[in-house]
Amino acid sequence: MQSQNARQDIILSALFSVAVLTMPIWLQPIGAAYPDLMQKFAIFGLFAIGFNILFGFTGYLSFGHAAFLGVGSYTAVWSFKLLTMNVIPAVIFGTLMAGIFAALIGFISLRRSGIYFSILTLAFAQMSYNLAYSVLTPITNGETGLQLRQQDPRVIDQALGVVPEAGLPVTNLFGFEMQGYTGFYFCAILLIIGFIIALRIARSPFGMMLSAIKSNQNRLNYIGVNTRPYTLAAFVISGMYAGLAGSLMAVTDPLAGAERMQWTASGEVVLMTILGGAGTLLGPVLGAAIIKYFENIFSSFHEAALLSAFDFLPDWLAEPVASVLGLFVGEGWHLTLGAVFMLIVIFMPGGVIEGLNKLVSLVRRRPDDTAPAAVQQPHSAE
Amino acid sequence: MSILQVKGVHKNFAGLRALNDVNLTVEEGSVHAIIGPNGAGKSTLLNCFVGRLEPDTGSVDFNGTSLLGLAPHEINQAGVCRVFQTPEIFGDLTLVENVMIPTLATRDGAFKLNGWDRVDHQAEITEKAEHLLEDVNLIDKKDMKADFLSRGDKRRLELAMCLVQDPKLLLLDEPTAGMSRGDTNDTIDLLKRIGERGITKIVIEHDMHVVFSLAHRISVMAQGTIIAEGAPEEIKGDQRVRDAYLGGAHL
Ligand SMILES: Nc1ncnc2c1ncn2[C@@H]1O[C@H](COP(=O)(O)OP(=O)(O)OP(=O)(O)O)[C@@H](O)[C@H]1O
Ligand SMILES: [Mg+2]
Repeated sequence: MQSQNARQDIILSALFSVAVLTMPIWLQPIGAAYPDLMQKFAIFGLFAIGFNILFGFTGYLSFGHAAFLGVGSYTAVWSFKLLTMNVIPAVIFGTLMAGIFAALIGFISLRRSGIYFSILTLAFAQMSYNLAYSVLTPITNGETGLQLRQQDPRVIDQALGVVPEAGLPVTNLFGFEMQGYTGFYFCAILLIIGFIIALRIARSPFGMMLSAIKSNQNRLNYIGVNTRPYTLAAFVISGMYAGLAGSLMAVTDPLAGAERMQWTASGEVVLMTILGGAGTLLGPVLGAAIIKYFENIFSSFHEAALLSAFDFLPDWLAEPVASVLGLFVGEGWHLTLGAVFMLIVIFMPGGVIEGLNKLVSLVRRRPDDTAPAAVQQPHSAE
Repeated sequence: MSILQVKGVHKNFAGLRALNDVNLTVEEGSVHAIIGPNGAGKSTLLNCFVGRLEPDTGSVDFNGTSLLGLAPHEINQAGVCRVFQTPEIFGDLTLVENVMIPTLATRDGAFKLNGWDRVDHQAEITEKAEHLLEDVNLIDKKDMKADFLSRGDKRRLELAMCLVQDPKLLLLDEPTAGMSRGDTNDTIDLLKRIGERGITKIVIEHDMHVVFSLAHRISVMAQGTIIAEGAPEEIKGDQRVRDAYLGGAHL
């Protein structure tokens, strides 16, 4: 029976891997099967998986995770500039640097819990944003953002005798250029690894302590557990996921700007996680993909397109309809996001995953099935 | 030999004298009951033993070392576990998980970063937890979420969470409150059985049936101080105790 759980997890990981790697095929019908967008699914999927390790498992709601995303990006770009265009050091340093930042910010923020913790993380992230935007311009290149230049030292590449071509160098994995599908598959494989690590954490004694922290921190103290290092470890791990996501952004598009650290970016990952289902394993990935997919669709719409869509209406009606709907598309797509988010939180507080679970159990329910659903809560969480 | 020594403990809450010069010695392996009217300071005294409160003055020594200034988890790791007056359990987790967590805490110490092991591959942890759930008659509900338990069941779950740790000193704050007569008797039997394992227990209880079936020694508290102490027979006959608390009729 115990190895059965392990086997189920292996099947889950395998299905997840197949689903991720075949995205270029099955996303075709909904027009999402191009590398730029799929890369975003993978990168924000990682960001949300990591965020969920803190928020979903432990219950600590951070409003400042974009800071670690930004740190990952800046570090990766610096690795490209100073060391090599190879993505491996960039990803490793980006992840580690975010981990160091997370350790510092977490150490202080975790002295409080609940709303005070959230506010502290938000304050730290805004500080980081302002530092990146103005104070630390030598490191971040301020408003313009940190970019590659042809005359960057790239000492490792130099030492290896890589001949600089005309124009900006391209990020690569031992010679494979990180463009198009190569870039996507690189991100996809890291997403799969990130998912499996999160799965293992959820099933581990460590993960069990995290869920106990979420449930009743007080009780945990009185049975001999020091909760601080647990919350700090969860915070650092989730910060490292954010750093990894940030460095992947730089891998696929080697520049880093301060806006990556803004509070809206921190808020977005909260939305993704809750929309998909906080505390579940698949939910955050799903939430990230849903938001990035609809962002892509809605933000490309504009009023002229709407007008032609409502061509069939008489003019006096078509124009007001188009201008009202126009508020919700293009730049205003966040309005749509907000509305959808409210609907989800009100009607499906467990997120999309809970909705799917309910649907499955509705379909499966036999007429003679009278067992109260609330009593038997299997260890599914997906 | 005494396992717990409390000397001259005072605790004030904004002018209220919750504890007023409490002295108490608990013998190793014994069951020591603390009785007294509501608001006498019984729970406050326990709070001073587990690191929830720091006494204003006085000393609390466990096995010869002071407990003052230690964090709750350190006191637990030293071998003291407490069942609270209002049940403290992991409401969103299943009963087995509720008991596995203290088992892990005893095995792994206050912190261990074992994020890659599978907890369900550690058969000894699950078995131990299920064994304890059997002891408290909750094994049938092991996959239920703890929030759905009745108040009495929650209390027994919490008891199992402490017992699984094999503590040296077990503090029980009204362990049978909210239980039916039958469950109360089961709990008495259980506590007697674990008495055979030599766990020292301090029991706060209003139910005199429980007190007199378990206790080797009884301390009576009123208004923040211990007004009488002795063997159960002595306490039964003590006039001050009758006046302060028992009103005669209970006995
Ligand atoms: N944290 C606190 N702050 C202020 N007053 C407190 C606090 N804790 C307890 N008290 C007060 O101290 C007194 C003793 O309370 P305590 O809970 O120890 O009584 P008790 O003997 O356990 O009573 P009961 O049998 O009702 O549980 C009460 O008057 C209570 O109101
Ligand atoms: Mg009390």
